Amino acid sequence: MVFLDVDKVTKSYGPLDVLHDINIAIEEGEFLVLVGPSGCGKSTLLNMIAGLEEISGGEIKIKGKVMNGVHPSNRNIAMVFQSYALYPNMTVGENITFGLEMHGVEKSERKKAMLDVATLLQIGKLLDRKPGQLSGGQRQRVAMGRALVRNPDVFLFDEPLSNLDAKLRVDMRIEIKKLHQKLGTTIVYVTHDQIEAMTLSTRIAVMNGGHLQQLGKPKEIYDKPNNVFVATFMGSPSMNVIPAVVRNLAGVPHVEIRRHDDSTSLLKFNDMKFLERENQKILLGIRPEAITDPDGADRKSDNICYLENRIEVIEPAGADTFVSMQLGGKDVTARMRSDTEIITGADFNFAVNMQKAVAFDPESQVRISS
Amino acid sequence: MASIAGADMKTRLQTWLPKLVLSPSLALMLVFVYAFIAFSVYLSFTDSRLLPSYGWIGLENYTKLWRLSHWETSLKNMGIFALLYISICTALGLTLAIFLDQKIRGEGLLRPIYLYPMALSFIVTGTAWKWFLDPGIGLENVIQGWGWEGFEFRWIKDRSLAIYTIVLAAVWQTSGFVMAMFLAGLRGIDNEILKAAQMDGASNWSLYRRIVIPQLRPAFLSAFVILSHLAIKTFDLVIAMTGGGPGRATELPATFMYSYTFSRNQMGIGSASATIMLITIASIMVPYLYSELRENH
Amino acid sequence: MAAPMQETAIRTGKVARTFIYLVLLLFAAFYMLPLYVMFVNSVKPLAEITGGGMMSLPSVFTLEPWVKAWSSAQIGVEPSGLSPYFWNSIKMVVPAVFVSTILGALNGYVLTQWRFRYDTIFFGLLLFACFIPFQIVLIPMAKMLGVMGLAGTTWGLSFVHIVYGIGFTTLYFRNFYAVFPSELVSAAQIDGAGFFQIFRRILLPSSGPIAVVSIIWQFTNIWNDFLFGASFAGADSQPMTVALNNLVQASHGVKEYNVHFAGAILAAMPTLLVYIVGGRYFVRGLMAGSVKG
Repeated sequence: MVFLDVDKVTKSYGPLDVLHDINIAIEEGEFLVLVGPSGCGKSTLLNMIAGLEEISGGEIKIKGKVMNGVHPSNRNIAMVFQSYALYPNMTVGENITFGLEMHGVEKSERKKAMLDVATLLQIGKLLDRKPGQLSGGQRQRVAMGRALVRNPDVFLFDEPLSNLDAKLRVDMRIEIKKLHQKLGTTIVYVTHDQIEAMTLSTRIAVMNGGHLQQLGKPKEIYDKPNNVFVATFMGSPSMNVIPAVVRNLAGVPHVEIRRHDDSTSLLKFNDMKFLERENQKILLGIRPEAITDPDGADRKSDNICYLENRIEVIEPAGADTFVSMQLGGKDVTARMRSDTEIITGADFNFAVNMQKAVAFDPESQVRISS
Repeated sequence: MASIAGADMKTRLQTWLPKLVLSPSLALMLVFVYAFIAFSVYLSFTDSRLLPSYGWIGLENYTKLWRLSHWETSLKNMGIFALLYISICTALGLTLAIFLDQKIRGEGLLRPIYLYPMALSFIVTGTAWKWFLDPGIGLENVIQGWGWEGFEFRWIKDRSLAIYTIVLAAVWQTSGFVMAMFLAGLRGIDNEILKAAQMDGASNWSLYRRIVIPQLRPAFLSAFVILSHLAIKTFDLVIAMTGGGPGRATELPATFMYSYTFSRNQMGIGSASATIMLITIASIMVPYLYSELRENH
Repeated sequence: MAAPMQETAIRTGKVARTFIYLVLLLFAAFYMLPLYVMFVNSVKPLAEITGGGMMSLPSVFTLEPWVKAWSSAQIGVEPSGLSPYFWNSIKMVVPAVFVSTILGALNGYVLTQWRFRYDTIFFGLLLFACFIPFQIVLIPMAKMLGVMGLAGTTWGLSFVHIVYGIGFTTLYFRNFYAVFPSELVSAAQIDGAGFFQIFRRILLPSSGPIAVVSIIWQFTNIWNDFLFGASFAGADSQPMTVALNNLVQASHGVKEYNVHFAGAILAAMPTLLVYIVGGRYFVRGLMAGSVKG
């Protein structure tokens, strides 16, 4: 059964349209991440689900009930804000139970619910403190506690980790994932951080410019991006997009790529359909981890091609070493094992895992490979 | 607002409660400020004398007004007063602020001393300065009593000099406030810029002239706007210090309006003078407020 | 007025510093002078003043001028002293400060947390109203107070001060609430708090600093007002400033300068007291808005 249904939803401020025909449906217990660059409309959509912004067109349904025009407090949702939005004048305990108080829950019951949540989140010792006396991580927990105590149908998270330092962010990410696994609640989570999106979600909605670019499982989004935007937005370092031309070599499709010295290389392309596109230009998408040193190449791949090219920059990153080079007139990043012996300015024979390659139409930027 | 139709009670309440809360203020403002302004401007085109009357006489009040030597004196005084008041307050406020910003010991004591006149009523200020400057008992008398028989200081009784005593008292009252505005501006300047300039070899003088003072532009603008509107509204101080005298030597538009409307029963002319005051202030305030509000949104 | 209290990095030499201290002290003396004159002359017999001793400390100390100014000096036709007018001012100021501050707080709350289409225009109109020369509203206001049955009353004066004070109080609260995170209001909405609950439970508890600013500002302005008092007060509802002016300008009899000075101090006392007690909170409150953001 569809649990949260965003049906043909639009948002406009006067003549300015900020969301165009958004359709997202998720099941109970799913973890949906809305991801995209700032200004893409993801927070607006979240606020519309919360009831903090009016819905200009379409419908939002929770458990089959239309939520348009329903006050935020009557939607049975809870939200964790980017700034945590803890009431500065109330203690942690009062912050957590304020919503219950507003909903007329009895004092004894409020206290019990508060203690349960405090135990779950290990914030029992903080209950009498004011938010100003807490660290960032503690505030984060209190904000989650305030959401959890209401036992809502849907949890909304608005960039909840962006105010934490890098280390704490990773810890809290794991914590949120654990909490989701334990409680099995339905979550809608907004972030601009594609790693958070990949690690946390059961499904990702990638947004840009008020349009939903792709909705899918993390692996789908990563391996089969709908278009160049999704391909380059998700993944770090981002996917290489290289201008190429399709060639027919003895009845097998190949892509022809210009190397640093303007000579060309032919790489076998798996999708037989591409014979139809002989001599047409395409954009070839290859993730950095699919261009590597020959010994590091994926053994399960059925299509490893080799490509000699000049190394321009070497960036050792500890676990891996990233190499920059010129292909098709673009900067292309390859990801090598850290102990590979390479020299800046020298030519190197790269292994390219063409099984993982995708192709985009250069005009529409849409993926054309299967 | 299409979806409001199907909204629940709480949502509907939320859409009109804020407006309901604003409405008393809106109503008060529209009636007591803007409708009143319209009414007064209207009166300035009528033959109102002791009481409002609605006989339309066009621009007659204005032409009469401009022929009155009394009004001419008020305007001339306004010119002298505004020019000196604004420039002295600004110069003094800036100087004191810069001096006070040199890691002065006792700044915490000096600042409130400079600022407290702002808390006083102009009537109090006027009374104090009136008697202090009075030749009979004040400064002149005191210094003569100290043995300097020939000392003379009777500006407040002198038709051509009395206006300067008003400037003195007004500067006394507000220059500390201007100082505080500039001090806030100075404290907002990034010290790294100053350190960089010092490394470039700038002297203190050129540091202030070339780097600090240009950055105080917003403070200058606010000071100008506040001082000019205070200048045009100056009323109580004159009433308390000189009552507009000697003769009419210290009349300002504000006192002119008051005496023409309430003592001389020339309400039409009084309204015309008030209208001119309003237009003068509006020509300064409106562009200022407009740019301020635009910046904020 | 954003002023993180950072001191300048500029260094000055010894001669320059001496000069700076001299100038600063000289002006401190200039600002203290009238207060000194008022105080010393309010506690000496009249003869000492007329005899050329205005600047000297009293040789005979007397509180009689204070007593006279307070309870028996001739104000207008009554030898009532300033005390009834002092209470008039209190009765006028307290409700006016209270109501205008509450309205300003509510306006500021709506203008920042419940923004609507023309809110900036509304605010602009309100703000401009702060700066109009009040001469432009004197005539219609006198008429209107008559219509409302408030002519010549203390309530009428309070009302006038409320009307023309809303602009400033709204300005203060709006600027203060503008840096108040809007997410707090969103969170409270989701928690189920209504319009007034959000104001009372979430915003109001943090509004202390700006309420102090608004109250000090309004108190000082209304207490010190002369124009409205002189225009709209009846003989028995005149505020302190008007009464003081009547005392000082009285044309008949001997001019009792010492009583005038005592009266001036009495008129200045409440605002001075507020300034001394609350001045630091005033500055702090003004800055609370800008620093937090």
